[in-house]
Amino acid sequence: MLGFAQLFASRLVKAAAILIAIVVMNFFLVHAAPGDPAMVMAGEAGAADEKFVTQLREQFGLDRPIYEQLGTYIGKVVQGDLGFSYRQQRPVWDILAERLPATLVLTLTAFILALAAGVALGTLAAVTVGTWADSAITVIALLAYATPIYWIGLMLSLLFSIQLGWLPAFGYETIGAGYTGLAHVADVAVHLILPVITLALFYMAGYARLTRASMLEVRSLDFVKTAKAKGLTQGRIVTRHVLRNAILPVITVAGIQAGQLVGGSILIETVFAWPGIGRLAFEAVLQRDYQVLLGIFLVTSIMVILFNILTDILYGLVDPRIQVSQ
Amino acid sequence: MSQFNVMRTPPETAAMNTPLLDVRGLSIALPPGADRPLAVDNLTFTLNPDEILCVVGESGSGKSMTAHAMMGLLPAPHVRVSGGSLLFKGKDVLAMPEAEQRSLRGGRIAMVFQEPMTALNPLMRVGRQIGESLREHTALPAPARRARVVELLDQVGLPNPAELAEAYPFRLSGGQRQRVMIAMALACQPDILIADEPTTALDVTTQKQILDLIRSIQAERHMGMMFITHDFGVVAEIAHRVAVMRHGKLVEYGAASDVLNRPQHPYTRQLIASVPHYIEHRDDHAKTGAPLLVADKVRKVFNVGGGLFKKSKQVVAGDDLSLTIHPGETVGLVGESGSGKSTLGRSIVGLIKPDSGRILFEGTDLLALDRKGFRPYRRAVQMVFQDPYASLNPRHRVGDIVAQGPVAFGEDRGKALARARELLAMVGLDGSAADRFPHEFSGGQRQRIGIARALAMEPKLLVADEPVSALDVSVQGQVLDLLDDIRRRLNLAMLFITHDLRVAAQVCDTIAVMRRGKIVEMGTAREVFTHPRDAYTRSLLDAIPGKAWHIPDDLQNVPAGAH
Repeated sequence: MLGFAQLFASRLVKAAAILIAIVVMNFFLVHAAPGDPAMVMAGEAGAADEKFVTQLREQFGLDRPIYEQLGTYIGKVVQGDLGFSYRQQRPVWDILAERLPATLVLTLTAFILALAAGVALGTLAAVTVGTWADSAITVIALLAYATPIYWIGLMLSLLFSIQLGWLPAFGYETIGAGYTGLAHVADVAVHLILPVITLALFYMAGYARLTRASMLEVRSLDFVKTAKAKGLTQGRIVTRHVLRNAILPVITVAGIQAGQLVGGSILIETVFAWPGIGRLAFEAVLQRDYQVLLGIFLVTSIMVILFNILTDILYGLVDPRIQVSQ
Repeated sequence: MSQFNVMRTPPETAAMNTPLLDVRGLSIALPPGADRPLAVDNLTFTLNPDEILCVVGESGSGKSMTAHAMMGLLPAPHVRVSGGSLLFKGKDVLAMPEAEQRSLRGGRIAMVFQEPMTALNPLMRVGRQIGESLREHTALPAPARRARVVELLDQVGLPNPAELAEAYPFRLSGGQRQRVMIAMALACQPDILIADEPTTALDVTTQKQILDLIRSIQAERHMGMMFITHDFGVVAEIAHRVAVMRHGKLVEYGAASDVLNRPQHPYTRQLIASVPHYIEHRDDHAKTGAPLLVADKVRKVFNVGGGLFKKSKQVVAGDDLSLTIHPGETVGLVGESGSGKSTLGRSIVGLIKPDSGRILFEGTDLLALDRKGFRPYRRAVQMVFQDPYASLNPRHRVGDIVAQGPVAFGEDRGKALARARELLAMVGLDGSAADRFPHEFSGGQRQRIGIARALAMEPKLLVADEPVSALDVSVQGQVLDLLDDIRRRLNLAMLFITHDLRVAAQVCDTIAVMRRGKIVEMGTAREVFTHPRDAYTRSLLDAIPGKAWHIPDDLQNVPAGAH
């Protein structure tokens, strides 16, 4: 277990270094985009003259040299202060804290569903390879993978909310209903169904295909022959020997995607009017709300790094060979 | 003398009962489009209790297929049994329902495979893998199973069995893994043990240990054993009876002493004739002129692992390695896996840069040269690789593969291709070979292409790294003959790296024995084989299977792999 703690510690140190690099790069990336908040605000205010814009810039510190702005920004971030959004007149941290839970609930549910269903379907396809069940799963996976995600969202919403009226078409909760406790949870859950399925379908397709391919490869390895020669039942061979080994590449890919899920649901959040980080990012870009945008970048970066570390740890648990080569 | 050690016959009592295994007219069909319709064609043999039956044949002879059919391991639905029966204690295994077959598998009939490195599940502790068998076939509760696993690991001669049961396979060496496989096969006290080339992937000293273990366990438990092998040395070591297979047909079947000492079928005779025998060393090589290559105190250390918080481990692959090769001389570098013999070979070709020492080629230190300076010497030293399947680019035509080297050194493409055809003819391939792709050739033919590719550069020194160990015995003989012929015709010097002492005896003038990164003994083949000075060399020679067996005199003078 010492090796394990060591692995974890070394990963954390690397993560901190990566994070600093990300903060700096994000800052320059945002500033490389043409236009600044002062211009946008002035534009929105109507007939603004040069003097007003300059005044705004001075007020927000935008007239300072860029390295000075960077220094100020990093200093604040290290203290945990993500800045103040002048557009929304609120601290960035408050805005993020309000939006983050909605996104996490949506993406994590979708992720877990996609992983479970994908691995299950992929396994089924691999076990029944060459039969109609395998073909059906392959076709469904291909369709789910190839169809644009927002189109699936719109169609599901058209069918289940508008035609059948079973599920709410958009939103996070029933506005004005004022549910509390369990009733609130149930209300959010009902709203979750359509966006989660839409998002999960896409990722599920990938996992199903990956699991199938990986299982077919592992199935032909020598130790599976050994397992058969031991007289084990088909079910035990598949779960204990084939799937256990075939799952390794799935974990790798899932780990990468898990990090991206947080920032990658902009389309879904837009289609279903989901009040999450994705939509916040979209709005912040349109409004040149640098502080909010940088905050979102930081949070999503942390998520990616966090999930990568989690994946590494999980990998170490699943594959005993990893700790040695590390 | 010729009767020595192969006179073991199965006990009389066994022969009188019904045989343990009775294979009658077994045929196994290959899918349409295969090179022949039947993998196994009308095979009939029996296996008695307390008997070791060796099934001998080259790759594709159907010997493994037979074992797989018995274990229900045929790759269904493409390959299936198309006729005949497999009677276990009088009952047809093939007619049994799946559940009953499964209870035989691992229970009454157990199997050990060829590749110990891949035959164990890498993610499961070895104790559990053995326990699985017990869980399936016995009613033992979990603690009793664990105790039995430790007992089994102890019986196969593994140290610290209790600790070892908790280890993952990657912690174990090849020999240890094969012992684990044997323990797994023995778990439920099977009546029949099938061993499919169980020692082929192992070093010669490990092979001897495993053969001894298998033989003693078989005798102790009076099991019937079907031992599949291609090596007549191994056959001489353990067989009671022998079945020789070729192209799916049984060509010779009889008591071991008869088959080994009085082989009847021409194919058996050919196989026995191509068995390299270590007694036939060469006459001493007359060293002439200045040495072509001198390796002087070469040292190479590999850093393994390491990270931010961890120091890397140092592995000394070669230390104080010195040897000389004269023009026209063949130097054999012999040792077990991990002894550093390939490291030295690769250093000479320039694939690895040693940490210290000198490699002088015609007086120039290759290690002191920069990339540009080294380039002319790349021509002069060429390599033939071990795996003929992996060492040829599958997307290039054979002619291009051979011509690429000279073209890279500025030769005209047309001329190089014409020369490639000549070389392919020289290594015994017909003219159309140049226009075909590597996958259209067999292993032996591919190795010929590999040799032609090396010769295209007109080298002075050929480094051959285990050039025949991936090939069948008879093909092995042919490739060795070819190398020898070319060497003599072109007066090539050769560094021949091999783990097989018998092969080294056949082709080398001088032998260097390596162990753990050091050369422990170096001398003429005659000296090393007749008067080995080092204890390790002696143990290597001692471990050669079938030493006690004297190849019948009338097959001795046939050149290996008669054309």
